[in-house]
Amino acid sequence: MKCDKNGYFGEFGGQYIPEVLKPAIDEIKEAYSELKNDEDFQNELSYYLKHYAGRETPLYYAKNLSEKLGGAKIYLKREDLLHGGAHKTNNTIGQALLAKKMGKTRIIAETGAGQHGVGTSMAGALFGLETEIFMGSIDIARQQPNVERMKLLGAKVNPVNTGSKVLKDAVNEAMRNWTATFENTHYLLGTVMGPHPFPTMVRDFQSVIGKEVKKQIMEQEGRFPDHLVACIGGGSNAMGLFYPFLGEKDCSKINMVGIEAAGKGLDTQEHGASISKGRKGILHGMLSYFLQDEDGQIEEAYSISAGLDYPGIGPEHAYLHNLGRVEYDSATDKQALNAFMELTRTEGIIPALESSHAISYAIENAGNMAKDDIMVINLSGRGDKDLNTVINAVNKMEN
Amino acid sequence: MKNLNNLNEKPILVSFLVSGDPNIEATLKYMKALDEYCGVIELGIPFSDPVADGSTIQEANVRSLSNGFKINQSFDLLKEFRKDSDTPVVLMTYYNLVYNRGIEDFVIDAKKAGANGLIIVDLPLDEAEEYQKICKKHEFGTIFLVAPNTPDERIIYSDESSTMFLYLISTFGITGTRDSFEKMTFDFIKRAKSLCSDNSKLYVGFGISNEKHAENLISQGADGIIVGSAFVNIIKEYGDSEDTIIKLKELAKELHGGIEKGYAKYIKSD
Repeated sequence: MKCDKNGYFGEFGGQYIPEVLKPAIDEIKEAYSELKNDEDFQNELSYYLKHYAGRETPLYYAKNLSEKLGGAKIYLKREDLLHGGAHKTNNTIGQALLAKKMGKTRIIAETGAGQHGVGTSMAGALFGLETEIFMGSIDIARQQPNVERMKLLGAKVNPVNTGSKVLKDAVNEAMRNWTATFENTHYLLGTVMGPHPFPTMVRDFQSVIGKEVKKQIMEQEGRFPDHLVACIGGGSNAMGLFYPFLGEKDCSKINMVGIEAAGKGLDTQEHGASISKGRKGILHGMLSYFLQDEDGQIEEAYSISAGLDYPGIGPEHAYLHNLGRVEYDSATDKQALNAFMELTRTEGIIPALESSHAISYAIENAGNMAKDDIMVINLSGRGDKDLNTVINAVNKMEN
Repeated sequence: MKNLNNLNEKPILVSFLVSGDPNIEATLKYMKALDEYCGVIELGIPFSDPVADGSTIQEANVRSLSNGFKINQSFDLLKEFRKDSDTPVVLMTYYNLVYNRGIEDFVIDAKKAGANGLIIVDLPLDEAEEYQKICKKHEFGTIFLVAPNTPDERIIYSDESSTMFLYLISTFGITGTRDSFEKMTFDFIKRAKSLCSDNSKLYVGFGISNEKHAENLISQGADGIIVGSAFVNIIKEYGDSEDTIIKLKELAKELHGGIEKGYAKYIKSD
């Protein structure tokens, strides 16, 4: 899927930005289109991904879980083992390098679960860039370990107390800061959203996930998988997994599934399912699907996992949904918690609550699939950051 | 009697208020209070995620929305205002609210209510083709924004695309009051003036809060100043009260005085 020159995937995407940011966005677009095909840049990026971040990450056959569920063979793409503890590092190193090449001395970012904030802070420390992170005060409270990590890494963490005090408000605040500071500052957006070229650029940086899966599954199984599954907030880990398979002719039969947060249920007001429950709208520079009221006021999203707590979705996902190419399903908090416990106990892997939403799809569906079906789940991050949330939730359920 | 074509001979004050802050009835009173000093009133329609606004206007949006504000209330308010005044009113909002209602329906409803034009902060020219077509069809005013870093050819294009006035963003950043204006803003006004058509009206906004600002900006050749946060701050401090009306009028009068002084300077220098 290629977007057009104005950054549209079908009718989704675009550049809905205040005028002040137009030159800043143009600068990124130009710099990125040059560096994308620049061998030195790509080599430098590969170097850091391999020697600093620990790529490639394993594609692990989850034998215990597969046997327990009694259907498809389940493979886990272990982005949780990437430096920083999540796939976010693929993008933060890429964009921080880009920022350096553009001559910027400062990077800013939004964060929800804190993983992107940590990834950005690491890249800032590595490349000597002043780093400032915007994070909703509610997320700060529920993701304390990541806040401490960002501070240790030398970043300034700015609590956001406006709006619903979560991820979308952190994006608002980062954009506001950027409109005053773009001359020396790069806005290191954390997912496949925002104005063009961010959705394309972040997807490209994350595509390393799917590229590796392609090679690894050929080595281990001698064929491509039947199912690709990933959780979706903005959608960067999912795009990273899906994208390299989308262009391939012999991949047209692969069942690709994105799992949104159903929170307390799609029939309640508390969820983050922008595709299932949202409609077309414009926010944060893009036309896509958003949760909104009848007037078009953006509604608050909810999920037990801070990283899926966003009321919109990247424009390329909106497009793939409209095409019917990718299936968009959802998992509730309860299902995610159950999946979290299940993977922890059967495989000895503690997944992020975000990734647990994707695991939940396997728990619900793998048992009904043929034994020779191959399912690859993107284990986008590790769950250490979620221990407090999970322990509290489990205690609540037991009482 | 004021009308759109001849009111702008001398530089004007554009006052910005947020609909429903702190309630719809109060907004109507404030519009009436400011009317005598204003060439144009800019009426904000609150949005949940105002990314181009600083904390003052964000908080005003929150005050309004948390009282259950609906877009139709802005239109009803405007209809009431039109019973007593023909001062041009432009609406200011974010694109999702327009897109969600349907661009054409929004324009038709806004015009029917008595609005003269629309400012959409996050709709740059590049994405505005259909919007411009619809506004043209309904003879509804378009206002685009330009900033000190907007290239020359884009300023010209923005000027041609703006049928009411061109909105000059004084400096980088978001709305909110600032201490002073620097050379960048003055150079920008001069550059825009040299690029835009002689009939165009160039109004400067973002950060303007006092008489000295008004005087300085008008003396550089601006055709008007747009003041928002300074008025909204008064509303925040004094709430729905007589004091608010008195303070709003005081500030408008002060700004008006600054405009006159600045204009005298400009004429002299011209």
